[in-house]
Amino acid sequence: MAGTIVFEPDDRYNAFLSTATAGPQGSGTLSGVMVAVKDNISTRGIETTCASKILKGYVPPYDAHVVGLLKAAGATIAGKTNLDEFGMGTTTENSAFGPTLNPRDTSRVPGGSSGGSAAAVAAGMVKVALGTDTGGSIRCPAAFCGIVGLKPSYGRVSRYGLIAYSNSLEQIGPLGRTVSDVSTLMGVIAGYDRHDSTSQNKPYNHTPKADIKGLKIGIPAEYFGKGVDPDVAAVVKKAIGRLEELGATTVPCSIPSMEYALAAYYVTCTSEASSNLARFDGVRYGPAPDWKKSWHDAFQDVRGSAFGAEVRRRIMLGTFALSSGYYGKYYAKAQVARRNVREDFNRIFRDVDVIAGPTMPTIAFKLKEKSDPLSMYLADILTVPANLAGIPSISVPCGTSQGMPVGLQIMGRMFEDERVVDVAYAYEQAVN
Amino acid sequence: MVTEKDVQHIAELADVGIRTEELGTFTHQFNAILEYFDILDRVEGSGQGERDLYNVLREDVVEPSLPQDEVLRNAPHTEDGFIKAPRVM
Repeated sequence: MAGTIVFEPDDRYNAFLSTATAGPQGSGTLSGVMVAVKDNISTRGIETTCASKILKGYVPPYDAHVVGLLKAAGATIAGKTNLDEFGMGTTTENSAFGPTLNPRDTSRVPGGSSGGSAAAVAAGMVKVALGTDTGGSIRCPAAFCGIVGLKPSYGRVSRYGLIAYSNSLEQIGPLGRTVSDVSTLMGVIAGYDRHDSTSQNKPYNHTPKADIKGLKIGIPAEYFGKGVDPDVAAVVKKAIGRLEELGATTVPCSIPSMEYALAAYYVTCTSEASSNLARFDGVRYGPAPDWKKSWHDAFQDVRGSAFGAEVRRRIMLGTFALSSGYYGKYYAKAQVARRNVREDFNRIFRDVDVIAGPTMPTIAFKLKEKSDPLSMYLADILTVPANLAGIPSISVPCGTSQGMPVGLQIMGRMFEDERVVDVAYAYEQAVN
Repeated sequence: MVTEKDVQHIAELADVGIRTEELGTFTHQFNAILEYFDILDRVEGSGQGERDLYNVLREDVVEPSLPQDEVLRNAPHTEDGFIKAPRVM
């Protein structure tokens, strides 16, 4: 141990659900670095709530694999950051403990669901943070808050100790103010873990390189079409122009499966959620059920009062999509659609090295602007394809629209996280 | 189209506890979302969505685990080293 770090952040944005006032400082790559951790990642001895009343007071008896890696690298855990309850949302407004505000404009949301992590980094409270990305939950708040966020390739970072919402889609990943910081944190958290059966033995030992001469970039028409704000599209096109000036070439391409990718995503994630969240019944953790009632009534009481509306909506949608008579129409079709998305990417990546477009179709929403669930879901259209395919994707700030940050999204081939980091780094170095 | 009765039924299957005054809003939102999901009808083909999947198993041997008191610490009701649950019968 190299001493103690004192941490007294001015959390005017409600980025943190809990903070450590001081922590041990270890030695290693992250010695002296305060890292904020999204509150759906288990931390031994530190309350972990998933921003839900159903886990209020829950103190994990073990660390998530990534938290153990952070500590081994000498990092100090700054605290646990706010999120949409269980990661279900695009705004961080669905938190049982109040919304996080966007440090760039407090009348707007920070994006979600890793909004607390993004706001903590954007406001300068911490240098880096961990988030999780199921359908854009790292890249969306990174774009909305004007920072860098990486969704790693599926399997590259262990999910052991991540409180599961949608296992087949989600990954833990880094957020930071610079591509180098994000790359350094990725180097700490990536690698094989026997406690995660989907873990791949693909460590990340990479220093970002800014040379992208000869790189071929696919530009999908769907990322600049209907539903994408024309001003946001123009900012991103200009950024792609900068990449061309650095020696990259662009190739128009198309992802026809985008037509149904969002529906496939929501059927899949709600189905997985309906199964994963069955464990929250107040018996092993959470608010105690009424022992005098039958289990069915007791569980309904606990879950009805301690889960927020969006969580209950997604559990019900998933239950419906998996139910007898509807499974073939919804879940089975969604899995075929998912395969089509993966095949579209495979086809495009035979001709290009990376794919670029906007991270989000608009700038950060005003608070309460997305009160209708479907309109909030639609905002995820540009981020969910990478999760369905499992490929790496990074969001890097590329300018502003109406004074708010816009994110440039770079997607790469499976396990080519290093390449998307390099492209983001080349852009960042060119404009700074 | 799903009805309020359908939503009530799903809520009971999922044990999410729905209040009468919430039924109208949930049903309305459900129908809008399911209408959007209908786009999946255009997906052609069937069969396995996922490929190249295999099970990752380990030998069934006892490994070090957490102490019992730490595991039980978060449970609201325990008795003699067990977690108490609501009655099933």
